Amino acid sequence: MVGLMVSFRPMARVSLTSSAQTRSLDTIPTPVRFGFGRPVTATELTRLDIDVQPDGKGLPAGAGTAVQGKVIFAVKCAACHGTGGTGGLGGALVTTSMTTTAVVGKRPDKTIGTYWPYATTVFDYIRRAMPFNEPGSLTDEEVYHLTAYLLHANGIIDEKATITAQTLPKVVMPAQKLFIPDDRRGGPEIR
Amino acid sequence: MKKINRRTWLSGATTAAVAIAQTATGKAVQVGVPIEQFWSDDPTKQPGTPPSQVGTRSPFEKLVKSPSEISSRTPLQDLHGILTPSDLHFERHHNGVPAIDPAKHELLIHGMVDKPLVFTLADLKRFPSVSRIAFLECSGNFRTGKETLSPQDICGLTSQSEWTGVSLATLFREVGVKPGARWFLAEGGDAALMTRSIPVQKGWDDAIIAYAQNGEALRPEQGYPVRLFLPGWEGNTSIKWLRRLELGDAPWQTREETSKYTEAVGDGKIRQFSFDIDARSIITFPAYPAPVQRGWIEIRGLAWSGRGTIERVEVSADAGKSWQVATLQQPVLDKAHTRFRLLWHWNGDETEIMSRAIDSTGYVQPTFRQLLDARGGNSGYHMNPITAWQIKRDGRVLHRPETR
Repeated sequence: MVGLMVSFRPMARVSLTSSAQTRSLDTIPTPVRFGFGRPVTATELTRLDIDVQPDGKGLPAGAGTAVQGKVIFAVKCAACHGTGGTGGLGGALVTTSMTTTAVVGKRPDKTIGTYWPYATTVFDYIRRAMPFNEPGSLTDEEVYHLTAYLLHANGIIDEKATITAQTLPKVVMPAQKLFIPDDRRGGPEIR
Repeated sequence: MKKINRRTWLSGATTAAVAIAQTATGKAVQVGVPIEQFWSDDPTKQPGTPPSQVGTRSPFEKLVKSPSEISSRTPLQDLHGILTPSDLHFERHHNGVPAIDPAKHELLIHGMVDKPLVFTLADLKRFPSVSRIAFLECSGNFRTGKETLSPQDICGLTSQSEWTGVSLATLFREVGVKPGARWFLAEGGDAALMTRSIPVQKGWDDAIIAYAQNGEALRPEQGYPVRLFLPGWEGNTSIKWLRRLELGDAPWQTREETSKYTEAVGDGKIRQFSFDIDARSIITFPAYPAPVQRGWIEIRGLAWSGRGTIERVEVSADAGKSWQVATLQQPVLDKAHTRFRLLWHWNGDETEIMSRAIDSTGYVQPTFRQLLDARGGNSGYHMNPITAWQIKRDGRVLHRPETR
């Protein structure tokens, strides 16, 4: 049986079988590196590495204002998020009395003002996933404008504020202080 | 003997509903054939269908997931054993199932590593492989509020498969993860470019870069051609259509780990990075909508824990007044759906049946009320309460909606 196997697979891996006849070969150490894969090119990294971190790492060049973002929002976002981001099929983004009033059987919408702990997430998410029907179609400049608009509409930044790679990470979100890490640990306690 | 269309019989039809008929040009086309035409009164009096390329279910079996706009649920009440047929594995995606050519799909690992590398699917398959049977559950897997809910409706966002791929630890060694790396970002290649931050330790512990499910390539809706699989952790973290891993020293705070997949836990606090799935069980028979008859009934169900193995399942057939230990069907695996059963004689009186799981950490599946008390309300995610079924005198089985 072992001979048969070897004749079909003469190259390697016999050492990984568990039969008694070949167990002695299990002493072949697993290499630290197999040498598979290839180096990444700079072009690939630029195309793929689009994430933005809370400290601002990954934010591109550009600047945005609420005034310009308002115009883009009306054209590209309001269909799903409602006029001014106050609610629609895609949920409310802006805190209003509608989102803070408890309705029986319906959880209040989690808006950027009440539930988003980091402003950089707004930029990252719009850039990677919005608009829903045309993801990835916005320019970095448009994303900055929309980010500024949504932060202003939630009362977090001034209408005149300019959002850039330097200013966005400094925006303190109202919800940030609410977030705590997982406190469940298994065992008998219910948390 | 019932007449059967000769061309249908000759075709080697793989199902009764779809058969191959020859057109005038000899070109095979698929046509629908009604089951009644195909079915025989006495299968011993006529030859059966010849061998087929791909097997299918009996046309008598109507197994379907229940799709909504964002997810599709496994019909738990219709399944046996612990493995979910791949085509019935629940689906949850955030902007559809992408169409990916495996020849063009690559996985990039970069960031805090010695040697950033790009792996093709063929590269990934060259590494030593690992396989593991484990459940995958969405942390938003809970519905209640009415009596006419089936196990599929209540918690059909959990399924189980054998996952095969390369251990992420192997790839971490290949790229040389730097000692300071504490988290990694996993990113999907779907229209949502789904991202989650995962502690590096999970990558070293038991994460799998999976390319196969139940013996074949992943299904497209399960991340074809390659996904992350994190045993025991909330489903959203097992990023599908995986295209990139970036090592870093802090979490990215992506939308899916801040404004979604976080839960209110009282005093206005919001719990984040709640990765582990706590122990849960559900009786899948008897359950709505199938009625039962008085006499002997084998109560059957599933139990699982993201923190270890199922130690014990207790079943009550008297609305929680007394509990009996159910039999656990082997194998009882770590972080896996475990089948339990208990023989019960129903005398026809109205009652409620329910199950509770106890895992290897000593955690006891809570009641809905216990969860609400602990979290100051319904937290939305990670709701794993005991599910109760009402047995009516006429044999109807109805969900008993949880109340405060």
